Amino acid sequence: MSIKSIFYHAAEGDDALPSRLSRYASFFLAALLLSLLLYGSFAALQYQWNWQSVLRYKAKFIEGWFTTLKIACVSLIFAFLVGAISALCGRARFLPVRYLSTLYVELIRGTPLLVQIFLFYYVIADAANIQNRYFVGVAIMAIFSGAYISEILRAGIEGVGKSQLLSAKAIGFSEYQTFRYVIAPQALRSSLPALAGQTANLIKDSSLLSIIAISEFTLNAQEVNAITYSSFESFFPLAIGYLAVTLPIMRLSRVIEKKLQFDT
Amino acid sequence: MRLELKSVVKQYGQQRALDNLNIAILDTSCLALIGPSGGGKSTTLRLLAGLEAPTSGSIRINENEIGSDAAKRNAHLKNVGVVFQSYNLFPHLNALTNIALPLEKVHRHSKADSITKAESLLQQFQLFEHRFKMPSQLSGGQNQRVAIARAIAPDPDIVFLDEPTSALDPEMTAEVLDAIESLVEAKKRLVIATHQMGFAKQAADTVAIIAGGKLVEVGDASQVIDQPGTERAREFLNASLKF
Ligand SMILES: Nc1ncnc2c1ncn2[C@@H]1O[C@H](COP(=O)(O)OP(=O)(O)OP(=O)(O)O)[C@@H](O)[C@H]1O
Ligand SMILES: [Mg+2]
Repeated sequence: MSIKSIFYHAAEGDDALPSRLSRYASFFLAALLLSLLLYGSFAALQYQWNWQSVLRYKAKFIEGWFTTLKIACVSLIFAFLVGAISALCGRARFLPVRYLSTLYVELIRGTPLLVQIFLFYYVIADAANIQNRYFVGVAIMAIFSGAYISEILRAGIEGVGKSQLLSAKAIGFSEYQTFRYVIAPQALRSSLPALAGQTANLIKDSSLLSIIAISEFTLNAQEVNAITYSSFESFFPLAIGYLAVTLPIMRLSRVIEKKLQFDT
Repeated sequence: MRLELKSVVKQYGQQRALDNLNIAILDTSCLALIGPSGGGKSTTLRLLAGLEAPTSGSIRINENEIGSDAAKRNAHLKNVGVVFQSYNLFPHLNALTNIALPLEKVHRHSKADSITKAESLLQQFQLFEHRFKMPSQLSGGQNQRVAIARAIAPDPDIVFLDEPTSALDPEMTAEVLDAIESLVEAKKRLVIATHQMGFAKQAADTVAIIAGGKLVEVGDASQVIDQPGTERAREFLNASLKF
């Protein structure tokens, strides 16, 4: 096997997986290139690394990481609820309800999360006299992610074929039964990969909650940086902490996608 | 059964699928709808099954007017079975559940009864061993036979079939036609849109030729196919028997 054949994929259109050696060697090479690039950039900084002092605040990282996970989990549940309700409202016969759903989705998706956090925290939560900032954080993330989930579900629902609807009608299913037994299960299945991806996004996006002083992963890392007078050290465990959750989720999303491809 | 379509028009936007269609059949137990592609067979079938409302005109089956009133159409739908050309089954349910679910949810059988009934039908169509397979794991012919089993499961008054074999290769076509023939033998009432002249002649007692959204000719199956009375019918039959 020549060096070239290790690093080159077979002809276009060939779906066969490259050999194990090819995959590992190529992955290693790519990772090496990236590391060199990073190393080079940091070397150019001539920065005095100070891992020792950062390491002392290990507990603070772990605590923040768990807080992020907790916020993400609770937000995800509510985001799914909000998204599902919005997707259903988008199909309502009563048109104002339909437009309400459209407005919600477009406004949330069209504005930066940062703006939403400020607005919600300093205006809405303040007016409603909500004190607990974690509650506010979860509410913001649920509303934010809910809009994206609503779109994902809407696409899933619209993706159910016309022939399926005709089939359901021919069987005598009522509108509700058609939704319950035909549309919902099929739409949910086809939405799963995108929903997993959205979950990963939610976890990463929750880092912005640090600006309203919620002691999640990112804020804690920033605090460690401040306490130890270091600039970068904390960002490494931070990145790794997020990757530890998002990589498996994205992987799962791929697996589901593959599985669904074979099923249909 | 008695079928009567009077001045039926079906308009899809700019497209007039049925243009003043008149058919009156006093008594048939297996009606075949034949005719050129785009002639209006499927549309006629959907209207007869109650899946759609005519733009205007009246449709009677036996004593029931099913055309314009949505509630009557829905009631009628529950008493008939429909099999389409393809993609009949729900891809997320296995063969057994595809048949049992409507029995349970639409026809209010108990769950156990629904499953027993579904199993006996699958047995009848030699599909019992495949009962837990998903539609994607079944061949086209098997899919279509499950669809037929599902359509007849609630003992409908009439079964409508819209070109049930045209998406299949010859071998699978044969197995599906066999299944349909067994329905004819069991004295089920059928309306079938088909391109299979041979099958129409053999299985149907009445044939209606529909072209351009109008009735060309209707009558006894072998009579219409062997000795068509109109020029348009001869033209169509010559063209379709050529190959
Ligand atoms: N849902 C629809 N929307 C728009 N046009 C339609 C629709 N259904 C049918 N048509 C049109 O109505 C006409 C009759 O169609 P129909 O499907 O009834 O013909 P057919 O005899 O079944 O043809 P084929 O043998 O190709 O199945 C065609 O011109 C078709 O394009
Ligand atoms: Mg057709």
